[in-house]
Amino acid sequence: MHEYALLLASALSAGTPLALASLGLLINEKSGVVNLGAEGMMLMAAIAGFAVAVATGNQWLAFGAGAVVGSVLAAAIGVLVLWLGTNQYATGLAMSLFGAGLSAFLGMNDVGRNLAPFGHVHIPWLSDLPFFGAALFSHHLMVYVAMLLAWGIHVFLHRTRAGLVLRAVGESPESAHALGYPVRRIRLAALMVGGALCGIAGAYLSVIYTPMWVQGMTAGRGWIALALTTFATWRPARVLLGAYLFGGVTMLQFYFQGRGVQVPSQLLSMLPYLATIVVLALISRNPTWIRINMPASLGKVFRPTA
Amino acid sequence: MLQLEARPAPSRTMLVLSPLIALAATVLFGALMFAALGKNPLDGLALFFVEPLKGLYGLSELGLKATPLILCGLGLAACYRANVWNIGAEGQLLLGAIAASGVALQATDDTTRWILVPILVAGVLGGMLWAALVAVLRDRFHANEILTSLMLVYVAQNLLDYLVYGPWKDPEGYNFPQTALFAASTTLPKLIPDTRLNIGFAIALLAVAAMSLFMSRTLQGFRLVVGGQAADAARYAGFSARKSLWTVLLLSGGLSGLAGALEAVGPLGQLTPHVSPGYGFAAIIVAFVGRLNSIGIVFSGVLMAMFYIGGELAQSRLGLPNAMTGVFQGLLLFCLLAADTLVTHRVRITGRGMRHA
Amino acid sequence: MQNRDRIRYLGAALAAGAAGLPALARSASPLKVGFIYVGPVGVAGWSYAHDQARKAMQAHFGGRVVTQFVENVPEGPDAARVLRDLAQQGNELIYATSFGFMESVLRVARDFPKVKFEHATGYKTAANVGTYDARTYEGAYMAGVVAGGMSKTGVLGVVGSVPIPEVLRNINSFTLGAQSVNAKIKTKVVWVNKWFDPPKETEAATSLVNQGADVLFQNTDSPAVLETAEKLGKYAFGWDSDMAKFGPKAHLASAVINWTPVYVDETGKVLAGTWKPEQIWWGVRHDAIDLVSINPAVPAAVRKRVEMVKAGLKNGSFHIWQGPILGQNGATVLAAGAIGDDKFLHGIDFYVKGVEGQVPGK
Repeated sequence: MHEYALLLASALSAGTPLALASLGLLINEKSGVVNLGAEGMMLMAAIAGFAVAVATGNQWLAFGAGAVVGSVLAAAIGVLVLWLGTNQYATGLAMSLFGAGLSAFLGMNDVGRNLAPFGHVHIPWLSDLPFFGAALFSHHLMVYVAMLLAWGIHVFLHRTRAGLVLRAVGESPESAHALGYPVRRIRLAALMVGGALCGIAGAYLSVIYTPMWVQGMTAGRGWIALALTTFATWRPARVLLGAYLFGGVTMLQFYFQGRGVQVPSQLLSMLPYLATIVVLALISRNPTWIRINMPASLGKVFRPTA
Repeated sequence: MLQLEARPAPSRTMLVLSPLIALAATVLFGALMFAALGKNPLDGLALFFVEPLKGLYGLSELGLKATPLILCGLGLAACYRANVWNIGAEGQLLLGAIAASGVALQATDDTTRWILVPILVAGVLGGMLWAALVAVLRDRFHANEILTSLMLVYVAQNLLDYLVYGPWKDPEGYNFPQTALFAASTTLPKLIPDTRLNIGFAIALLAVAAMSLFMSRTLQGFRLVVGGQAADAARYAGFSARKSLWTVLLLSGGLSGLAGALEAVGPLGQLTPHVSPGYGFAAIIVAFVGRLNSIGIVFSGVLMAMFYIGGELAQSRLGLPNAMTGVFQGLLLFCLLAADTLVTHRVRITGRGMRHA
Repeated sequence: MQNRDRIRYLGAALAAGAAGLPALARSASPLKVGFIYVGPVGVAGWSYAHDQARKAMQAHFGGRVVTQFVENVPEGPDAARVLRDLAQQGNELIYATSFGFMESVLRVARDFPKVKFEHATGYKTAANVGTYDARTYEGAYMAGVVAGGMSKTGVLGVVGSVPIPEVLRNINSFTLGAQSVNAKIKTKVVWVNKWFDPPKETEAATSLVNQGADVLFQNTDSPAVLETAEKLGKYAFGWDSDMAKFGPKAHLASAVINWTPVYVDETGKVLAGTWKPEQIWWGVRHDAIDLVSINPAVPAAVRKRVEMVKAGLKNGSFHIWQGPILGQNGATVLAAGAIGDDKFLHGIDFYVKGVEGQVPGK
């Protein structure tokens, strides 16, 4: 019993960076912009966060650094895509490739450097509960922040005026523009908030989760986070659920091995990626369903006419 | 103040100039980086842009390195022209290497040199198979090809690992993760004696010529381009989006698979987990910097190969981190995207009184 | 610029030509020695240990030797170009410090017959290619003795890197060491199939702890497993280099490799003109392997046992692989009294009794 509690706990922990990044990308996409740069932004934020954590010993400063780096890079993408009208896909890809290269370069001297692990929360009474205490109530604070964020984003999108405007911009930028909303500035803001969340996710990986800097340490998590928004049909609660499911699949491969399951470990390592493909195929199978949920202007260029 | 203004028609001059502007910006940034690292910028730049071109040996290594980049870039360019966002050339390359090795392992020293034909064909088919998965997922399930093609890269790497750690392991290799060395009959003929440059480079150039003709002279090629640029117009004209999806993905997969096969029987001579240092990803940059144009890709492929070799040299000669290679590659693509704005826009200097609506 | 380069190449050509006349060349110019590393030097692990030994060797020979290294060299066809570049720069002795460089070393060595190559952990030699390796399993066994004395659950966890014989030998030796203290010990193994992937190592270590392991051991290249143990309040070991500072509470000891004796010996032979291609495999006996920084929490009796093992390995009176040793399924792999020779040790592709799971690829 205890073992399953720990498996659940590690799934939550492994799913948290995915959830954070994916929630950020969800905000981007609700405004109508696809950001393929998530992987590169996460890597840049991971090295920035790590360097700050090593220098200051303060994890919150590290998260702050990750968020700033993420949103500055997102702003760079925003300027290119929104004002200079570059292709969204190509620009995002450029960010992913550039971020991977530059983070490896900047982090050369941080490889394998030591960082004292930061503690987890201990909630009186709750953390001591049998099963649930270990599974749900003994995590790093950021795990709960991700959960609150999913709820907050849901409320923002569906219960506030600003959320309504954001969705309107994503559904029909032309009408939003006609109503006098600054479409490009709203999209830039959405990109920067999304970038900040991707940055926090990157910093979580290098400062809390591992904690260590290694080049390319995101290992495709930025892309899986991107897939999760489709998987969740752009709903925050489902993003969270999806992230924990994938976190669980990641941990499951090691459980199978430790249990002596007779499947080659390389084939087990494929699981998270295969799962992504299968889920994407199942979710996308019904195009009308996707179309109802997907922001209508997603990925399309918007040029305001005078 | 400076202001961007849309041009009435895209500038043909800028279309050619913008990659050069991007390259100049990258070089400038590189020089600043060398200076920041306390090295003479000229010495540093020479390692990237002069040293790799020195001598027959240097040029042969450049050609060897550029071959997979050109092949993968060529296929990706076809995809992007047709608006199909295949970013999994790396996985298609690995499958090509796996399939080609499967055939190459059957060869003995008595096998004729013709074994190379089935080896290369297997490589093409292996890459096609991997790309076909992406096509099926998009065609039948409407799954986003960006994500599926990328996820299949990780699956391919694990499949490769499984084979070399398991069933294909060299029985005499003390359990180390690699296949036996391929028989001498599988060796690719050399283009220049005493170098590693083989007919793979010639094959890549032939592919470039064939692709040029296909895109500019055939109806099918025209359809691809029209379908990518204006899907509605293409549908109206009776062009099938499905057909172009399959065409470009199979084309791209086949070319990447060929690249993998050429690496396996070329410089590697056996299958190991280290077939590719990320050629499939660098080829995305090659495709864009080459303007999605077959001839342009030859130049951008060679340029990207120079970044790889220059990165190694900068490390062994100047003691600089070889991660410089990745920085240069990413930066070049960024600068290009920004410089491309000048194709559709022009910069105007406007006075205070001349406000535009 | 061009002139300077031409002069440098001329110098390299002269040096390469002079390598045939070692005694004459030596007095004139220092011996150039090149190293290629598979990973970054960093602050711990495999490449770090090699670089420490490079520095020690350099200090040992002083002005008679000039060293140079290239780190982060991928184990593919590109390694050949880097090796060739080192040879062309006038290095007369080149250490290639990872298994994956094997074919590249052999190919480049054919083109530079006057340059000596030393390849770590490989098994193929040539007229100018020797190999060297360390008996890491001796360190693993001593770590096992400590683990056996410290485990309360009786379950040890190993994060395996790549299932080659060296790593299987280490997992088995670790288990044998632990069983010499506590016969009921079980070892769980989880493979990450990478030499260096801290996020994956962390996940693997966490899952081992979740499944009841209270002492962890790894054959990977980073302190991630040790750090995870520190975070979860369990024990673990350092590997390749001393990793005590990465987990002050969790760190039981570090099984370290000291490449300095090999580098001093081989470089010295090239200087003296007596170098021949050999297959060196050194352990505690040659001071190439040691267990260091033992945690004060380890009881005196266990420490004493480690000292006995070390002394026995040193004078040759103790053999780790001495029968009876049973395989995982209970069949005898080494009969009572029989001593596993190097050929036996190189061919280990099984788990001993007490290790759970299945050897990958079998």
